[in-house]
Amino acid sequence: MNVHEYQGKEILRKFGVATPRGVPCFSLADADAAARELGGKVWVVKAQIHAGGRGKGGGVKVAKSLEEVHQFAAAILGMTLVTHQTGPEGRVVKRLLVEEGADIQKELYVGMVVDRASQRVTLMASSEGGMEIEEVAVHSPEKIHKVAIDPVAGLTDAQADDIARKIGVPAGAVAEARKFMHGLYKAFVECDASLAEINPLILTGDGKVLALDAKLNFDENSLFRHPEIVAMRDLDEEDPAEIEASKFDLSYISLNGNIGCLVNGAGLAMATMDTIKLFGAEPANFLDVGGGATTQKVTEAFKLMLKNPAVKGILVNIFGGIMRCDTIAEGVIAAAHEVKLSVPLVVRMKGTNEEIGKQMLKASGLPIISADNMAEAAQKIVAAVAGK
Amino acid sequence: MSILIDKNTQVMTQGITGKTGAFHTRLCRDYANGAACFVAGVNPNKAGENFEGIPIFGNVKEAQERTGATVSVIYVPPPFAASAIDEAVDADLDLVICITEGVPVRDMIATRNRMAGKKTLLIGPNCPGVITPDEIKIGIMPGHIHKKGRIGVVSRSGTLTYEAVGQLMELGLGQSTCVGIGGDPVNGMKHIDVMKLFNADPDTDAVIMVGEIGGDDEETCAYWIKDHMKKPVVGFIAGVTAPPGKRMGHAGAIISGGKGTAQEKLAVMEECGIKVTRNPAEMGKLLKSVL
Repeated sequence: MNVHEYQGKEILRKFGVATPRGVPCFSLADADAAARELGGKVWVVKAQIHAGGRGKGGGVKVAKSLEEVHQFAAAILGMTLVTHQTGPEGRVVKRLLVEEGADIQKELYVGMVVDRASQRVTLMASSEGGMEIEEVAVHSPEKIHKVAIDPVAGLTDAQADDIARKIGVPAGAVAEARKFMHGLYKAFVECDASLAEINPLILTGDGKVLALDAKLNFDENSLFRHPEIVAMRDLDEEDPAEIEASKFDLSYISLNGNIGCLVNGAGLAMATMDTIKLFGAEPANFLDVGGGATTQKVTEAFKLMLKNPAVKGILVNIFGGIMRCDTIAEGVIAAAHEVKLSVPLVVRMKGTNEEIGKQMLKASGLPIISADNMAEAAQKIVAAVAGK
Repeated sequence: MSILIDKNTQVMTQGITGKTGAFHTRLCRDYANGAACFVAGVNPNKAGENFEGIPIFGNVKEAQERTGATVSVIYVPPPFAASAIDEAVDADLDLVICITEGVPVRDMIATRNRMAGKKTLLIGPNCPGVITPDEIKIGIMPGHIHKKGRIGVVSRSGTLTYEAVGQLMELGLGQSTCVGIGGDPVNGMKHIDVMKLFNADPDTDAVIMVGEIGGDDEETCAYWIKDHMKKPVVGFIAGVTAPPGKRMGHAGAIISGGKGTAQEKLAVMEECGIKVTRNPAEMGKLLKSVL
């Protein structure tokens, strides 16, 4: 789960991480009031969307007067912000963060991830703040410093100080940087984060270490112990189809193609998408109905796929193990009737009660195209959609 | 022979009385030699009772001492799964198979750290389990689709493993052991650990390795295969069409920071001499072609 920058900063402050003072704003009036309340001479108006690259896309502006704050807030609120992470359709900005301006002397990068290889939380830091860390990794990997953190001992002072020096924190600010890293690690662990990126972390003219940006992702498996983080969820930032799917315990992700797929199991679902691509078409979605699919779940899955106007055909691929093929056939037939299916449907079923399931589909009188294996199924749906 | 488990393995079930644990314990008990293998259940609140004749103990240590079980399978709910693993590790069991899906990553980091230097092997969490066909099945895979044979299967995904097995069966190829290692980022045995066992198993002739996007476990295994594997390996990676930054069902199946793409994995595997296919319907045929 993702949160906005201003929410990330709220969380980090609770763990002693210093950030510029700022106020989240939902309207122009909020932005005006926030700037007056913050005082000072320089403000930063920042679009709040769940995507990076906001500055380049025109979603972050530095204002030198209250009038400019008003002007920039008016321009950014409601704009469709397009960045390299939003896709070409962009994202409508509905929230702003108005912050006091900071005296930036140096920009650094500090991130934390769960590293699969060491099976530990790993701190990554670089002197190259403000840039995409992936870019730094490609062009100057020697400038990225990493340390795996022992889950029992935690981040040690020695590790933190070593990293601080390596990324060019001057001696006088090392203690501040250490405090920041301890705070970030504590927040990461206690909130069950899966990723944290502070880019940039800045050194100010008066020797402070401030998190100028904050990107936090949280482990979905741990949300049950963090109602305060769940409360930060912004449904405006999520795909409506994915939200709808989660209500029925379906795992669904929208994609750009025109062939809907309904599969049991995440790995098989990905493999099915890949097979569609292999035969020259693109999948419209990833959809895993899970191991315990019922007639109702299959019906809801069909409705979801067909809400997407791009869908011109559907491929059902089921490997019946514990779940029986006749259960799936029943679901497919009920769904086809309920949604008055008007696009071609190819069904491939394999495994437990395969023959009974196939017989049921045949006897239903529905125009269902049957296939014996994944490749044949993909070829048939691609051909049907192409009108062949 | 086989790897990890066989008809003589003695198993305890942690979470035997829950809905999932009860359902699958019945299926496992009814499969092949299961009735002689599934000898104990663990539930701290139901010690002294029994599950359809299988005695229930208050803790893992007691179950092990009283029945001689050396392997555990875990179905307990996600918030308690990691401590269930800890208990089995502390009792020095040989192998723990954790089926539970949705275990918090932080819990698994702590558990994996505690396991350092211990003898216990871990499969999972979030996995279908392990089966040595016609001998024993521990987990949630459908037993009847398998048959005893000489092909090893290792995979991060459940249904995709069944798909691979289904294709082998159509070609008349049975399996020595099939291992579902699970789709979580922090977990027990990886592809490489299972591959080493298959390499050493005299009754495994060749291996199908099924992977998916996210992490670099497949690459690590591929480099090991290049230098050490004495048997043919074929592979498939799911997720060529998966967009970056999106979690595809499994917690670990996500392309992040441009790393962990299917193309990258396939390229490394090919470079290491593993025959790969981009068509998941051809895993079985590909395996047959290298025998």
